[in-house]
Amino acid sequence: MSPLDRFCDTELSRKLMGRVAALADEVAERLGRPAVFIEVCGTHTVAISRLGLRSLLAGRVELRSGPGCPVCVTDHQEIDMMVNLARLAGVTLGTFGDMLRVPGSRSSLERERAGGADVRIFYSPLDAVAFAEANPEREVVFLGIGFETTAPVVASTLTRARAKGVKNFSIFSAHKLIPPAIRAVLSDPVLKLDGLILPGHVSAITGRRAFDFIVKEYGLPSVISGFEPMDILIALHELLLQLLRGEARVVNKYTRVVREEGNLDARKRIAECFEEVDVPWRGLGVIPESGLSLRETFRDFDARFKLNIEPAPPTSHYPPGCACKEILRGKLLPPECRLFSNVCTPVHPVGPCMVSSEGACAAYYRFERFSPVGGGI
Amino acid sequence: MKENGRDIVLLAHGDGGALTHELINNLFLCHFESNILKTLTDAAVFSINEGRMAITTDSFVVDPPFFPGGDVGKLAVCGTVNDLAVSGARPVYLTASFILEEGLPLADLESIVQSMAGACGVAGVEIVTGDTKVVEKGHLDKIFINTTGVGYIFPGVDLGYHRIKPGDKVLVNGSLGQHGIAVLCKRYGFDFAGQVMSDCAPLNGIISLLLKEIRGIKIMRDLTRGGLATTAKEIASACGLDIWLDENCIPVDAGVKGAAEMLGLDPLYLANEGKFMVIVTPEEAEKAVAVMQGHELGRDARIIGEVKPGKGNVYLSTSLGGTKLLDLMAGSPLPRIC
Repeated sequence: MSPLDRFCDTELSRKLMGRVAALADEVAERLGRPAVFIEVCGTHTVAISRLGLRSLLAGRVELRSGPGCPVCVTDHQEIDMMVNLARLAGVTLGTFGDMLRVPGSRSSLERERAGGADVRIFYSPLDAVAFAEANPEREVVFLGIGFETTAPVVASTLTRARAKGVKNFSIFSAHKLIPPAIRAVLSDPVLKLDGLILPGHVSAITGRRAFDFIVKEYGLPSVISGFEPMDILIALHELLLQLLRGEARVVNKYTRVVREEGNLDARKRIAECFEEVDVPWRGLGVIPESGLSLRETFRDFDARFKLNIEPAPPTSHYPPGCACKEILRGKLLPPECRLFSNVCTPVHPVGPCMVSSEGACAAYYRFERFSPVGGGI
Repeated sequence: MKENGRDIVLLAHGDGGALTHELINNLFLCHFESNILKTLTDAAVFSINEGRMAITTDSFVVDPPFFPGGDVGKLAVCGTVNDLAVSGARPVYLTASFILEEGLPLADLESIVQSMAGACGVAGVEIVTGDTKVVEKGHLDKIFINTTGVGYIFPGVDLGYHRIKPGDKVLVNGSLGQHGIAVLCKRYGFDFAGQVMSDCAPLNGIISLLLKEIRGIKIMRDLTRGGLATTAKEIASACGLDIWLDENCIPVDAGVKGAAEMLGLDPLYLANEGKFMVIVTPEEAEKAVAVMQGHELGRDARIIGEVKPGKGNVYLSTSLGGTKLLDLMAGSPLPRIC
């Protein structure tokens, strides 16, 4: 048994589950209602759904999902620009997989591909550079999507492409930063939260310290967590304990990956290539200094300048009835949206939270739509 | 195989003239051993026995055509053989139609044909007639193969959704998701440590053993596109009963689990090409597992769930004791961002 297997150990998980449930009852009694926690990472959303944790904690703890899926928070305006890029003659658009299906205001990359655009999935931007070298007649534009986790990889890729003298490769950066988004969510007076489960992979880059502001400014217990069953249960246990004791701290429970200072090398790479800018988030509006734009020194690799892409008009175009805005803020749960599962489904998604495999609506749709009758096996 | 000093497929290979004949004689007839095929008439003529027959057809358009553990040729034989086998039939004859892209290396075609012949040998079936067309470069991706298969339903076998009852057990013959991961990793060039191989294999051997030994089999399905979850949902919807699966009992090997986790995919929705699901009476479930485990394609066979009264839903009991709903797959699996 590897040390990691202990984090998936069924017997251990079930024992801890019992303790979490008992603690949750105690907290609920004290608060006069179930504790409300928000998870800020799409991978946590999926892991919680997969474990069936909400059904196990029903009436004890309410778990909401925040703006932690990079696909879901990519704004219409950015998708429209990507679509315009894909339509340019001679351009190959490279992207991570789940960006394909996200609807812009008129089209999606999947539709553009069906119409003849050259849109390709790469697992790593380095593969996109290799493709550019092998196809010098094409301009290869890689979509820089994701948070602090993917930005350093894109930064390293740029450095390598420049060192190699690759002239037909560029980046369309739509990278975003998690701490400003958390601030935007927590500043909402309507939202009543008791604690946060913080993203494990993002924290590996930023470090634990980057989240101290949650305690200083909002006084909320927070836990950095991994993604295995035990990780998530340990995080819930920690949050409930802090609530019982009336404490508020940012605790790192993912110590096998996350350091106090984070990954200094990755942070340095991000700082070398990108600068922080105000960008729109789908559902949250424009958040100050929450996006990463390529620095002027990398203009020759910046698709926005190199291909002279006009910014698409900002759009207030929201599908009527779509509650993704409120869902991304943790204000509503997916089943509370009136389009959920009747009009908006993974096959015919209306809003972005249903498109991405990590979106809250897709996770709920797949795993949590109905309460079953009868027991387990 | 080289013809006229050329080593690629030309449009003329599909025009019915001299090059087509060369292709048939020097390639297809060399590898597909069949007296019926050798006659090269417009239709294969054969005698039939009494009883019920099954027929199925499938087209194979896999990208990439070669993947760890198999290729499009092996898939084209196994896929059709398995559709017949899970229907309770003994596959006998196949047809094979090739649509080739101009420029396809003949060496690639030959190795695909060789692996088809190999799979036919293992499955004990004959390719008795076929066809070849060639399209201009860019009109299709390298090679498409269509196979149609016929077989005899084993006497006394009656499979169907109407026979499923609450209490029946759900079985699977082994670890899930290998084919899906093998093809995805090859397609996107993912180079994970430890290569996952496709499980592509003809299942008629293990299934005929099962049908001989076990009377209480209600239905069998092979778990191809959409994986276990999608197939279970199709069965539940068709018979109006619920299927409960237990996550702790479902075999998924470590390589698949690791790769699926890294890519954000769910092994229960990944394609298999050598796995099938059986629904059987509770009395015979244990014996059926033992029979499956006695065959090399069923070493990891397990009981993974049971049928309950309900409304056509599929539920999974999670490792924590929670419950989640499984539904049809929506869109093909795509690797996630982070």
